[in-house]
Amino acid sequence: MTEVQDRAPSPVQGRAPRPANKTKETSWGAPLIWGIIGLVIVGGIWLGWSPLKQGSSPILYDNAKNPGWISRMLFQPTTLGQKLLVMVVAIALFLAIMGLILWLIDRPKIPTGVVLAGFLGPVVIFLSIGLLWSGIKTVIQSFQKFDDAGAANGFVGLDNYAKVFTGQNTQVLINSVLWIFLVPLFAVAFGLLYAVLVDRTRFEAVAKSLIFLPTAISMVASGIIWRYVYLAPAPSGKDQIGLANALVHLVGGTPQNWITKAPLGTFALIIVMVWIQTGFAMTVLSAALKAVPDDIIEAARIDGATGPRLFFSVMLPSIRPTVVVVLTTVAIASLKTFDIVNVMGGNLPKNNILANAFYNALVVRQNGLAGAFAVVIFIIVTPVIIFNVRQMKKAEENR
Amino acid sequence: MPMIRHRRALALVGAAATAALVLSACGSSTTPPAASNTPAPSTAAPTSDSSSSASPSSSESSTSETSGSETSSSETSSSETSGSEPSSSKPSGSESGSSSGAAPVESDDATWCDTAKSFGDIKGKSVSVYSSIVGAEQTGLQKSWADFTDCTGATVAYTGDKNFEKQVVQKAQAGNPSDIAFVPQPGLLASLVATGKVVAPPSQVVDNVTKYWDAGWKVNGSVKDTFYAAPLGANIKSLVWYSPKMFAAKGYTVPTTWDDMVALSDKIAADADGVKPWCAGVESGNATGWTATDWLEEVVLRNNGPDVYDQWVKHDVKFADPMIADSLAKVGAIWKNEKYVNAGIGDVSSIATTNFADAGFPIQSQQCYMMQQASFYASNWKDNPDISENGDIYAFYLPTMSDKFGTPVEVGGEFTAAFASRPEVQAFQYYLSTAHWANNQSKAIASRVSANKGLDVANVQGAINKLSVSILQDPAAVSRFDASDLMPAAVGSGAEWQALTAWLTGTEDADTLAAIDGAWPTS
Repeated sequence: MTEVQDRAPSPVQGRAPRPANKTKETSWGAPLIWGIIGLVIVGGIWLGWSPLKQGSSPILYDNAKNPGWISRMLFQPTTLGQKLLVMVVAIALFLAIMGLILWLIDRPKIPTGVVLAGFLGPVVIFLSIGLLWSGIKTVIQSFQKFDDAGAANGFVGLDNYAKVFTGQNTQVLINSVLWIFLVPLFAVAFGLLYAVLVDRTRFEAVAKSLIFLPTAISMVASGIIWRYVYLAPAPSGKDQIGLANALVHLVGGTPQNWITKAPLGTFALIIVMVWIQTGFAMTVLSAALKAVPDDIIEAARIDGATGPRLFFSVMLPSIRPTVVVVLTTVAIASLKTFDIVNVMGGNLPKNNILANAFYNALVVRQNGLAGAFAVVIFIIVTPVIIFNVRQMKKAEENR
Repeated sequence: MPMIRHRRALALVGAAATAALVLSACGSSTTPPAASNTPAPSTAAPTSDSSSSASPSSSESSTSETSGSETSSSETSSSETSGSEPSSSKPSGSESGSSSGAAPVESDDATWCDTAKSFGDIKGKSVSVYSSIVGAEQTGLQKSWADFTDCTGATVAYTGDKNFEKQVVQKAQAGNPSDIAFVPQPGLLASLVATGKVVAPPSQVVDNVTKYWDAGWKVNGSVKDTFYAAPLGANIKSLVWYSPKMFAAKGYTVPTTWDDMVALSDKIAADADGVKPWCAGVESGNATGWTATDWLEEVVLRNNGPDVYDQWVKHDVKFADPMIADSLAKVGAIWKNEKYVNAGIGDVSSIATTNFADAGFPIQSQQCYMMQQASFYASNWKDNPDISENGDIYAFYLPTMSDKFGTPVEVGGEFTAAFASRPEVQAFQYYLSTAHWANNQSKAIASRVSANKGLDVANVQGAINKLSVSILQDPAAVSRFDASDLMPAAVGSGAEWQALTAWLTGTEDADTLAAIDGAWPTS
């Protein structure tokens, strides 16, 4: 912000300030940015035209043709050096585009409309390509059938949707419902409990970081960690290697193959998601709890409310909107969870949920069925998102 | 209040992003690459330190990349499956040339050069070859056809590409295919033929295939009853790995019929020392279950015969058909029998959670006697065991159930498809179909064999490869390709894997078969 304030409008109106008068930062910044932009544009053009062979010219890179060595290096990196180059190019591209946008709209005396377009333009363009266009295409595909090569092959009406709601896939729907309800419930319950327990204690910061750690781990990594927890029981006479079975063995129970049992497997996977989401719930709820005005609590105490009564009658109602937002956010996250089931589910239909079923259909080129799954997920998630946003509005109005 | 508006905007963006992730995943223009039924060992699998990277691909050497779908969030694609290094299964250990009879069919060493020259004067011409075979095997291949150049003066320009399976169809569609491609799956051959760019081989190739290969191979190289591609290399799946030393210690003998095998299993199970007869594992990341499809295929081939097997591949015989159901029951009699499995690992359900690459290790720790797995497993064993007839590890042919169907063998291998009919291309195509080159190949590359009946076992390196060749060359051998590779991906790389994994964890036979039938695409 300081640079902007420094740059007071020059006394002489209408004349562009000369670079020499600018601060040190912009004096080399502008040429650098322009240099990068130029590189990217020239490189892009060259990439676009380098594999020019008989017939059509590719937009940027045409897989079917023999590409030039640079495009092969960028798009099919094989060695470490090439991969590093791809990384550098990607970062340079990002910097160039961001720099271009920021530099353009940061110039003085640009009409508001242009600034707005600068900020919103890319979003609108990419959303319409990435979301609208492909969304519409998905909906269309969900009514088509596909041959084994993955090519569309005529319309089949609601066949794909019938498949989603019949046979083995009913289990997928049941599991998804379990996920949507159980994960938010337990994550919020544990998060809230934890937030209240560690609130204003000496070790609050450390305790919170510990519970937040799983949230920071990627879901695939969490899946692999928990695979070792749920490892199949060792043969008789051997030490249990899986943590869960070792504990069961310790208390004298019978070790289980947790993942492969139904419906135990689904609950085992739900526990992983709760473990991940509790940290997120705790963080947000803890902030909300701290925001409850002290005078309300004081007043309640004077009126004789203590302990649980104080919490359930005073504090919880005060943070109710936040609780709802967290519930819905975690519900959305659960609905589109794919990684945990994919990594840990053992490829078992009885552990499957919607997002992974969608993926499974896609990899075997059944785009129609995959589209139907995607549309079902979308239909379920839409009201939750609308509700979530409205609650968020409410939560802010209450502040 | 600007901060508040800000936060609301953030929430909206978050919500939009959520929706975008869900919905945009499918409709993007690129369909994910084909999920070839050749799963790579998942690195996410809890393999401790084994450097085993044998990919159970139809071609031993092709790098199998289970399709990393471009659609999932970047987090997920990272550790799912890694395109593993191609496995060059070099069975280590003693080269005890146990059997070395001459090839069953007379080789064409004396005549091949004249026939190759008969295609015309091709001196100085070049043939381009495109294949998935890379690394040491590529070097060996290039050595193996040196005498083609000596004889005709034409050179061979070879390109090995790990992304072969994704690229080859696109190259053909774009109109610039190589002259010859080594295609590792019949399904892929069908896709290539569908592009209209594959040309039929010359009559000399057809004659060679008729003369040197079992009829099943010609069927595998055909699309819709038109023959296109001669077989190149081969590997077999119909093996049971065991420890000859353990067998000898107990006085057990290698079973030669299915009933003998069951009787032996009973004998081992009844033994008081608690060591079980079988160990198994089907876990393979996203491809979990492919091993189970192999068992079912082996039994269908033995129990119902090759004709039913062919109809089953085409879905003329359904999975729910009593014949297939009977075969699944026979598989279940072994694999779902608590007394038989899963030695040194756990109970029956542990088959579903044990990685296929680790499944044989209990044999090495003397906790189980037998494991069914393809020939590529030779490179998977720990600590370089002596793989030989009387060594630490060896394999026997998975026995037949009756003598009605000869000696059924489930095989994998590559096929030579040509995209040009220039004389030098035809000459090279002919050369690759000769017994002479099959011998050259095995001499040059330790890990490769051919089903060519003119291949002299003496030229084959390694005990397991010698065993494979002797099985392939059995006059009674009836070769059939991996059925799940031939079925539509929705079944062969999807529903069948999942349903059979569930079957191992307790799903009933009838439900399992119905689930697979229900997934057969309606096109």
